[in-house]
Amino acid sequence: MAVRVVRSLVLTLLGVFFLLPLFAMAEFSTRGANGTRSLESWSGIVSDRDLVEAILASVQLAATSSLVVLVLLVPTMAWIRLRLPKLRRLVEFLCLLPITIPAIVLVVGMAPLYAWVSYFLGDSPLTLTFAYAVLVLPFAYRAIDAGLSAIDLKTLAEAARSLGASWGTVLLRIVVPNIRTALIGASLLSVALVLGEFTIASLLNFDTLQVRVNLLGKRNAGVSIAVSLLSLLFAFVLLFLLSFVGRRRRDTVAEEG
Amino acid sequence: MVAPATTPVRGEVEAPGRGPAAKSWPAWLVVVPFLLYVGTFLVYPTVLVLAGAFQDPNGAFTLENLVALGRGAYLQAFLRSVELSALTALLGAVLGALLSWAVTSGKSEGLLRRVVVAGSGVLAQFGGVPLAFAFLATVGFQGFVTRFLRDRFGIDLFAGGAWLFELPGLTLVYTFFQIPLMVIVFLPALDGLRPQWREAADSLGGTSWTYWRHVGGPILLPSFLGALLLLFANAFSAYATAAALVSQGSPIVPLQIRGALTGEVLLGQENLGKALGLGMVVVVGVAMGLYALLQRRFARWQ
Repeated sequence: MAVRVVRSLVLTLLGVFFLLPLFAMAEFSTRGANGTRSLESWSGIVSDRDLVEAILASVQLAATSSLVVLVLLVPTMAWIRLRLPKLRRLVEFLCLLPITIPAIVLVVGMAPLYAWVSYFLGDSPLTLTFAYAVLVLPFAYRAIDAGLSAIDLKTLAEAARSLGASWGTVLLRIVVPNIRTALIGASLLSVALVLGEFTIASLLNFDTLQVRVNLLGKRNAGVSIAVSLLSLLFAFVLLFLLSFVGRRRRDTVAEEG
Repeated sequence: MVAPATTPVRGEVEAPGRGPAAKSWPAWLVVVPFLLYVGTFLVYPTVLVLAGAFQDPNGAFTLENLVALGRGAYLQAFLRSVELSALTALLGAVLGALLSWAVTSGKSEGLLRRVVVAGSGVLAQFGGVPLAFAFLATVGFQGFVTRFLRDRFGIDLFAGGAWLFELPGLTLVYTFFQIPLMVIVFLPALDGLRPQWREAADSLGGTSWTYWRHVGGPILLPSFLGALLLLFANAFSAYATAAALVSQGSPIVPLQIRGALTGEVLLGQENLGKALGLGMVVVVGVAMGLYALLQRRFARWQ
């Protein structure tokens, strides 16, 4: 019984600690003049042109970054399992490297690199894709690695090859469909990460969602808080969906085993 | 941004009946785009920072930048960063372990657990700027709690100064994302505890205390220590939340790097930011190295 009391106590106290700021955000962002309630801050999101533009830029970045990281990783990782197992350690090391190099350090080295990038490709925020694909590498690597471990890649590939399939066909019609849940997982994580990214965008002077939110907070805290709450909730929905994707994968593994 | 490492898969099995891979050199071409990309956008910037730490503005070798790290404000920033990271890692680890335990002792695939895990993922890994605003809305000058305490009880939260925008505030906000990270890292370890062990301890006449003292505790200790290191590295490399919260002064290293990047450095010290970066990489590297060591040593018990 004592266990149950302690358990409810822990859940209640930490629950308050985590829910109170979220509630406060909702309260703060619906404040009107003279103690009334108003949705001005929330409608302010859509009426602020710069903010809408920054949101669109971030959404596009989320799409391009997850696409780039998948296109980079899936063929490489599948190929390494099939033909170049020697390289596996190196690729794993490179993919997990961004964990040890904080983004704030990476951006110091990227600043001169981006001088070249903007020289060749212009200064669209979409060029941040290059940096973001690197940032999401560890997350995407782990998701895809788990996906590839769960299938018998060698047998599948050999069967397809012996039936005359090209390597491209093996990749697109054998590998990709078999690890699709892992790919969805990797993309959802990348999307959430890119939408929340601030460090690199702000120090390379690009106008993305978080940069704009931070800037806006200096003069209109209400709108910033509304957008913050919205982006947290959006990330929550993404990860909540992800928890079902991950579960289904485990189930299929269990069936195969 | 730090994420938990999975244990490496051991023992690569070569395809049966296939010759050595080196025979077919075109096989290497497939990996070239990946290596080129990572080389350009990850390895090159990293090398630039690490090498730049040892260069003066003209590119000649010097130790001047590193010597400067040992002085005044920079040393202070490092000490404060370590203190902040260690304190929030400890708080996060203890409270996070409690929360994980509270969640696992309920239904295993229940809604509570799902919500806690997804929520933890959001706050631990994707929080950043929104977390700063969450606390501005709560305990900022016009925050909900601040107003509530002032109007109802006449308590002034800011009687002791603008603490939210200084180290105490950072400690509070960092703990807010350290606890969820602990949940993500520690839940799998707790799941690894088999109910049979508990039953064995019970049937031998053990109390709840003897179980945790002699069975559960020792098994979880390596995971707990590992998580502590991970949390430390996570807080040490965090930037966004602090940057959004602290706009004046640079109490911690990541904010010092912001200062260096936005031009708050003396002439001739342009590479100081890189030296600060090198210092961060060394600290995070040591923490993550120890973490990997722990993982390898105790992986068989998980």
